[in-house]
Amino acid sequence: MATSSSGLPAIDQIRGGRKFGRYVFLTVTAAIVLFPIYVMIVGALKPGSKVLDQPLLPNHLTFGTLSDAWHDGKLGRALVNSAIVSIIVTLAQLITSVLAAYAFVFLRFPGRTIVFALFLATLLVPLEATLTVNRRTMQSFGWINSYQGLAVPFLATAFGIFMIRQVFLTIPKEMREAASMDGLGHIGFLREVAVPLSRPTIGALALFAFLTSWNQYLWPVLITTDEDYNTVQTGLKALKSAGIGQPNLVIAGTVIVALPIFVMLISFQRQLVRGLTAGAVKG
Amino acid sequence: MSKRVGRPAARRWRDFGLAVAMLAPSGVILGMFVIYPLVKAIFLGRQRCGVTSCRTTSWHQYVDAFRSNEFQDALIVTIKYALITVPIGLALGVGLAVLADKYIKGVGIFRTIFSSTVATSVAVASVMWFFLLNPNVGVIADWLGGTAKTPGFLQDPGTALWAVSASSIWANLGFTFIVVTAGLQSVPKDLYESAYVDGANGFTRFTNVTLPMISPVLLFVTVVLTARAFEGFGEIDLLTEGGPKAKTTTLTYLAYGRGLPTSGDDGLRATVTVLLFFVLLVLALIQFRGLEKRVHYGN
Repeated sequence: MATSSSGLPAIDQIRGGRKFGRYVFLTVTAAIVLFPIYVMIVGALKPGSKVLDQPLLPNHLTFGTLSDAWHDGKLGRALVNSAIVSIIVTLAQLITSVLAAYAFVFLRFPGRTIVFALFLATLLVPLEATLTVNRRTMQSFGWINSYQGLAVPFLATAFGIFMIRQVFLTIPKEMREAASMDGLGHIGFLREVAVPLSRPTIGALALFAFLTSWNQYLWPVLITTDEDYNTVQTGLKALKSAGIGQPNLVIAGTVIVALPIFVMLISFQRQLVRGLTAGAVKG
Repeated sequence: MSKRVGRPAARRWRDFGLAVAMLAPSGVILGMFVIYPLVKAIFLGRQRCGVTSCRTTSWHQYVDAFRSNEFQDALIVTIKYALITVPIGLALGVGLAVLADKYIKGVGIFRTIFSSTVATSVAVASVMWFFLLNPNVGVIADWLGGTAKTPGFLQDPGTALWAVSASSIWANLGFTFIVVTAGLQSVPKDLYESAYVDGANGFTRFTNVTLPMISPVLLFVTVVLTARAFEGFGEIDLLTEGGPKAKTTTLTYLAYGRGLPTSGDDGLRATVTVLLFFVLLVLALIQFRGLEKRVHYGN
């Protein structure tokens, strides 16, 4: 997060004692928040026999546990699976959202309001209420244990359509009229004007869609039985139930699974904030 | 729009083909995987299913399921879970965001730390906390209860839901912190200035300026955290499997967990999840009706 400097020294810069108290409070809370992460990292770097030996001290450091977890948990395969599914879902959501949002904002057609209301209403349906039937649908397609099964239900979301629609609405109608007079059709306007102007929001949606797909838990549990189709989340579940006697392996697996997303979020902080707060602004 | 001349009816329909083409991909997906399954689940919910076939009982299955001890217990557990995680999570997120909003040295580090838990998935956070709280290997259990406290926090019926809540509050802190911090940055600074000139102290400025100005954000966070509590599955599955003595069997776990009346019975699963849908619908109405009035959206 970038440091915000505010131009109000009189209020914002607090005096000695209070300032010290604030530091103490923030530091203690930060230590509590970081504590689980610290314990995991230290545990992951210890050999199996030593993980319970002074769990808070980074003694006997080794990368052996991480590499064992990688092999035993088949985490490489799980990471690839998660990446494939999440990339498909993200690209598809960007395309379906941009197209639908464009139709709702720039095209006139009968029933537009009703169709939009119907799309938006799907936001009220909790995922859990649809999964039983979706699993049956997937079964009838023969898509249990497949990438299609993992990805297809999430190729479009009302959230994505709504988010892109909100930014398309800020594009002045005059721009479309002018473009139209210059002979630019809808597809041209979409590609050359609407999408480039909305790039920050599209980036935020991309990150949000990727993260949501990557973190899916219940659907992969329901739709896969073959460990070859484990995502990182279900792979972790499998590693946990297999490795109950080897806590260090499971701990190391957790660190491996968490690491890529940590790195990714640190690189895309601005998109993340925009994506997470998209629902908080008045529509 | 375009200046081309045409009869009004023709103009209304001119974009129709393109609109259908652009809406079709989303429409097919949302129709097939959100609207159809919801409608289908409503009908499936009056059936009992085995592995291969289902037989229809009656609509009364919804009433029976709702009245059953299992459902009532799960509803109460879910409400408790929401009542623990939402207020504490919100208070922590807002408190930390406000404290880390002022200009002090090193504020960036604190912000990064408080945001960091957003990077952990439900599975990662739950497995972490499983080991922290585990009586045999857990560090926390070790400190609070002496060595090998039996039963552990996750196994003791009195503490299990609190232990799951701790994991969930921790995992959601990053989200709440980021959203509230973004909300705080949109509060115009001159409002604080005038409040300061009017002699308002720090606490009054917080209650009279900050809270009303970030109320839309608070509503949003409350709605999201409540939904997460009601739809929580992964943390229950990985931490307690609904136990001990069903003390952590939430509604979603009742529908999809193992070793329950719903396991292997898609009909009963549908009954429970459709009931969950209506519970969430009522909850959403209450939240928006009750809070919308107090929410200040500016102009």
